Amino acid sequence: MDFNDTPQEAEFRARCRAWLEANAEPLDPNETAPNPLGEREDAGAVAAAKAWQAKKFDEGWAVLTWPKEYGGQEMGRMEAVIWNQEEAKFRTAPNIYTIGHGMLGPTIMAHGSDEQKKRYLRDMARGQEIWCQLFSEPAAGSDLAGLQTRAVRDGDDWVLNGQKIWSTGAHYSDWGMIVTRSDSNAVKHAGLTYFIVDMKSPGIEIRPIRQINGGSGFNEVFFTDVRVPGSNQLGKEGDGWRVAITTLMNERVAIGAGSGGGRFRDLLRLARTARRGGRPAIEDSAVRQKIADFYVTSKGLQFTGYRTLSAISRGATPGPEGSVGKAVGAPMAQQLASFALEIQGPMGGLLEDSVVPQEALWQDSYLGSPGLRIAGGTDEILKNVIAERVLGLPPEIRVDKDRPFRDVPTGPPGK
Amino acid sequence: MNLEFSEDQKFVQQTARDYLQAHAGLEVCRAVLESDRPYDPDLWKGVAEMGWLGAAVPEEYGGAGLGYLELVLIAQEVGRALAPIPFSSSVYLATEALLLFGSDEQRREHLPGLCSGERIGTFALFEGVGDPEPAELAVELRGGRLHGEKLPVLDGDVAGLAVVLAKDGAGTSLVLADLEGEGVERSGLRSFDPSRSQARIAFDGAPAQLLGSAGQGAAQAERLLDRAAVMMGFEQVGGAERALELTKEFTMGRYAFGRPVASFQVLKHRMADTYARNTIALSNGYYAAWALSNDNDELPLAACSVRVAASDAFRLASEEMVQMYGGVGFTWEYDCHLFYRRARLLGLALGSADAWREKLIRRLEAREAA
Repeated sequence: MDFNDTPQEAEFRARCRAWLEANAEPLDPNETAPNPLGEREDAGAVAAAKAWQAKKFDEGWAVLTWPKEYGGQEMGRMEAVIWNQEEAKFRTAPNIYTIGHGMLGPTIMAHGSDEQKKRYLRDMARGQEIWCQLFSEPAAGSDLAGLQTRAVRDGDDWVLNGQKIWSTGAHYSDWGMIVTRSDSNAVKHAGLTYFIVDMKSPGIEIRPIRQINGGSGFNEVFFTDVRVPGSNQLGKEGDGWRVAITTLMNERVAIGAGSGGGRFRDLLRLARTARRGGRPAIEDSAVRQKIADFYVTSKGLQFTGYRTLSAISRGATPGPEGSVGKAVGAPMAQQLASFALEIQGPMGGLLEDSVVPQEALWQDSYLGSPGLRIAGGTDEILKNVIAERVLGLPPEIRVDKDRPFRDVPTGPPGK
Repeated sequence: MNLEFSEDQKFVQQTARDYLQAHAGLEVCRAVLESDRPYDPDLWKGVAEMGWLGAAVPEEYGGAGLGYLELVLIAQEVGRALAPIPFSSSVYLATEALLLFGSDEQRREHLPGLCSGERIGTFALFEGVGDPEPAELAVELRGGRLHGEKLPVLDGDVAGLAVVLAKDGAGTSLVLADLEGEGVERSGLRSFDPSRSQARIAFDGAPAQLLGSAGQGAAQAERLLDRAAVMMGFEQVGGAERALELTKEFTMGRYAFGRPVASFQVLKHRMADTYARNTIALSNGYYAAWALSNDNDELPLAACSVRVAASDAFRLASEEMVQMYGGVGFTWEYDCHLFYRRARLLGLALGSADAWREKLIRRLEAREAA
């Protein structure tokens, strides 16, 4: 057992660093990492992201785990993580490719035709075409297979009507991957079909969602008689659920890899400067006890992630055990932020960057953290995954399983 | 990075599991708990013959010459079995103290007996209520003899050899004391977990031999406790994992409202939470075990983390076990209280988790200042 890099990993890390040092500016190690729930990227940021991705691609530092024929480097997951760790230490353009490269690309590789792979994957890898995911709907989140966006055949084409929601980056994307209901006489999971859709098609309307933290990283996407050529169907008709599962399995890998670390330097600094009971808050034992708990949990999650990574790099398939990272880490991010606001006292109730400690980092984090507990699987869904797929406890009772989807009751989307 | 235990290490763990399944079912723990016997001597003899007591001790001192990565996996199995033996006191503390600080002569004198199980060792540190600082100790070393009282001392009634932390002039020192010799009076005490015995030890001029450097006792004790915390952390995780497995099994078989109670989402989520805490403790344990086996700079913080995480995890798993069993979980007849007691005992034995949280923050501050 060894937590250090192997000689090969250390050599690779040095090569990453050397290239990054030659091509980007290092971040100050005390600089706070940006909020993970992205802001709405403007055209300038998107152009910068495309330029950075193209540079990486042309010099062999993009989509490291992908096959060579699609522009990848056929490296292991460990190398990809080492690259990500090193890249995060530099000031680079925002990463708008996580969904495409981490989830949608692998789905096309698994289910696409040769023509589709040839047409899309290289351009996706080089980042000149940006992709988004069109899965959730107003009435289908945790129960994704209950989605209602309709796909109806019309000659060689399909015609799509309905609404998608929570689509990150739809407003700057060229392509989307969408799951639709093509047969409502079939049972819920059997009547779905998966498509690649041109986001510039007539009939698509994209509206930003304003989040509680004021950001707008997500969109609602409305489809009105949108025509999709039959050649854009991914996988077989009615087999959309299986294709979607491939995407979602890769989401777990993409999200799980980043967790851990924590912001303890920031928290300690805050606790040293804030006052409580006539002395620095860090001298208050209640504060000390809580910081210790956050530290222990955060380290435990980080090492759990490393264990998963180590197993994957030795050929294991990522399993449902990975759910622990998000099931614990997301609520903890919220608790940590709330605790930091408590340390600030009444000042915690301000959002004014110029007077609030650490440029309102904890205020921003608290406002953004509820989203972490929902996106990519709610706390409750993740606990179900752990309970059922890790511990082998009985599955939830399903009342909609064996009847045609059209007979399954649905509520209004709600306001 | 490679976070796998080796095949050989996993084999050691499997062997330990098989042995304890055959020789240390929960009825063995219960038999000690319900009797006046302080531990199970047959099981003690058995694990000695398996070589576990000297797993990390070099062969020249009578050990098996394995390493700490093997020892922590054995500890995890000892925890799973709730083995009613003075394993932690003798192996993680007394044996470890001799390996860390003993002269060659001291090692030759004491380690073979500890490895063979003929002699049991312990660490006499605490002196009454609370988590004491070394400066507050009352037990004193004067002219090579110990005076004062240690309470509680885990396995102190059955140990023949104690490592004792005592005041020594201006500072503190670790010393070795023969508990069967002159100037020692000891009495067994009712233990919260009667499957692990505890004692009061009164020294009245007992001869003592310096272990390590004079005046360095507090620092040495701290180092010793760090290392013991890692090994005990695995023991605690083992207990927590077993508690969850039994809870799962029980709730799958128990029906209410026409369904297994394990199918209710509230219980599923609580078991998922318990699993998550166990995982976090074990992952902290991996890091700490690596730091222990390399004796590297990460150990002091990693030891605090695993101590806190494992103490909390075992406590939660055992509390949830009682609650999810329902009424029968509160009966003497069912085994839940074996876990409930052991979890608390181990969680307090090396100092409370809260005291280790405090230690963690001190160390974190020191690191940040550096």
